[in-house]
Amino acid sequence: MNLATFIQHFLNSLTLGSLYALIAIGYTMVYGILRLINFAHSEIFMLGAYLVFWGITLFHLPWPVAMVASIILVAGIGILVDRIAYRPLRDAPRISALISAIGVSFFLQNVAIVFFQAIPRQVYRPAWLENPMIWGDVRVLPLTLFVPLLSLFLMLALVYIVYHTKAGLGMRAISKDIETSYLMGVSVNKVIALTFGIGSALAAASGIMWALRYPQLQPIMGAIPGFKAFIAAVFGGIGSIQGAVIGGLALGFIEIMTVAFFPDLAGYRDAFAFVLLIAILLVKPTGLLGVKTEDKV
Amino acid sequence: MSMILETKGLTMRFGGLVAVSEFSASIPQGSITGLIGPNGAGKTTCFNMVTGFYKPTEGQVFFEGRELTGMSPHQVCRAGIARTFQNIRLFGNETAIENVMIGSFVRQRTGWIQSVLMTPMSLREEREIRDRSMELLDVVGLAGIAQEKANSLPYGAQRRLEIARALATKPRFLLLDEPAAGMNPQESLELMDFIRTIRTRFNLTILLIEHDMKVVMGVCEHMWVLDYGVTIAEGGPEAIQSNPKVIEAYLGEEYVKYA
Repeated sequence: MNLATFIQHFLNSLTLGSLYALIAIGYTMVYGILRLINFAHSEIFMLGAYLVFWGITLFHLPWPVAMVASIILVAGIGILVDRIAYRPLRDAPRISALISAIGVSFFLQNVAIVFFQAIPRQVYRPAWLENPMIWGDVRVLPLTLFVPLLSLFLMLALVYIVYHTKAGLGMRAISKDIETSYLMGVSVNKVIALTFGIGSALAAASGIMWALRYPQLQPIMGAIPGFKAFIAAVFGGIGSIQGAVIGGLALGFIEIMTVAFFPDLAGYRDAFAFVLLIAILLVKPTGLLGVKTEDKV
Repeated sequence: MSMILETKGLTMRFGGLVAVSEFSASIPQGSITGLIGPNGAGKTTCFNMVTGFYKPTEGQVFFEGRELTGMSPHQVCRAGIARTFQNIRLFGNETAIENVMIGSFVRQRTGWIQSVLMTPMSLREEREIRDRSMELLDVVGLAGIAQEKANSLPYGAQRRLEIARALATKPRFLLLDEPAAGMNPQESLELMDFIRTIRTRFNLTILLIEHDMKVVMGVCEHMWVLDYGVTIAEGGPEAIQSNPKVIEAYLGEEYVKYA
């Protein structure tokens, strides 16, 4: 493998990894606060992609406008999912909310089949993302740079919100001790809604970029990336945002680089994530950055 | 003297167990009052009923003449009652100052969404909250370690940090659950001074649960004694110390004749 090919593989890994990371952040944030695996998250990802497509074909919106509109709408849908499916079950056993999450997931998939039809749809890509940039032997789609850069920006914004704003402090407080947070005046339900909104917005952004990269839409398109991002979150240590980013990037690199170096394994590409999951559960079940949760006394 | 807190026949039953029965106390404005009794006497249960953590099976709580019975802990806190916990419940991974800031949220005026959008009003309020939290840390003597994580602080500092966080909610009535637990005699002495200081400085009424009799007798002007959920005595420090029922509850019946 020459250097040029390696650089291309490297950039591809970075692109795929940041897409996984953006989805994984949503899983990990919700888990950190509610100890709930939000299985509907992959459908949120799918809706993000579809709504952009809708905005462009039906309302003739320009790309950036359609993207922002879709992200905002999907954040709203995420908040609505929490309000309808999880909030009434806040005091119920955790398994009930989990079942509810699986229900929401199926519901959204089927709503998508009704509204958007089950046939896969082609995504129109703007030209400025299509024309490859050429440096010597390296040919790179602008998209391959655009995705990691936008992801990086979104992650930095998220870190700022979580570690430097009052709302972020509220989120961290709730994830440590929901009862005391409520006592101290953290409006628990509002902060949780905000968490769902932010997590869903990131998933929508990831879904949109995913559709640009693999330009095909279908109602179950969220399932595989969703599972993989969930594994990335577990690998990094679920509950930890840094862990989700590291896990997502690691998974992106493992998938692309393994196939690059061992082309014979290409057919097993989708299995790598699950091998990784089994390995981490055997070696360090709490994930790379996860800490053992102590039971409250 | 006017009463800041009055309870009428507070009773808490857990199934067949009566944890507290008919607790009727009145706490004068501006006083430091003790709530004492052997382990399992129901002291913390009383705290939990007053602060809304438990909904009393029977009875009522009045704070500044207003009924609080059945309110959520959040509403009680907003009404002006703050508390600390017997098993310290700080936000361990957050810094000392962040812990105090969280306490200020109960009085905040700008919303969560505004904070994410970073509106000028919200930024200004966050700055005010930070400044005020720093002042409170200074009051409890922790200003130097504002940026340390709460769970890395020594035990005594954690106790004081919890008090600072309670003060951040701008209470008029403060409940301290075993503030001297785990402190050495020197620290306990300082704690007594500290409790008197914050009472004057923040215009507080304080109710505390404490096992360290030196602290209780040294700082409390009045006290209530519980045993098996029943109020067995009330009065000033001297009256309580010589009350045979109290001695019996603490030391056992056979000691009463020597007392």
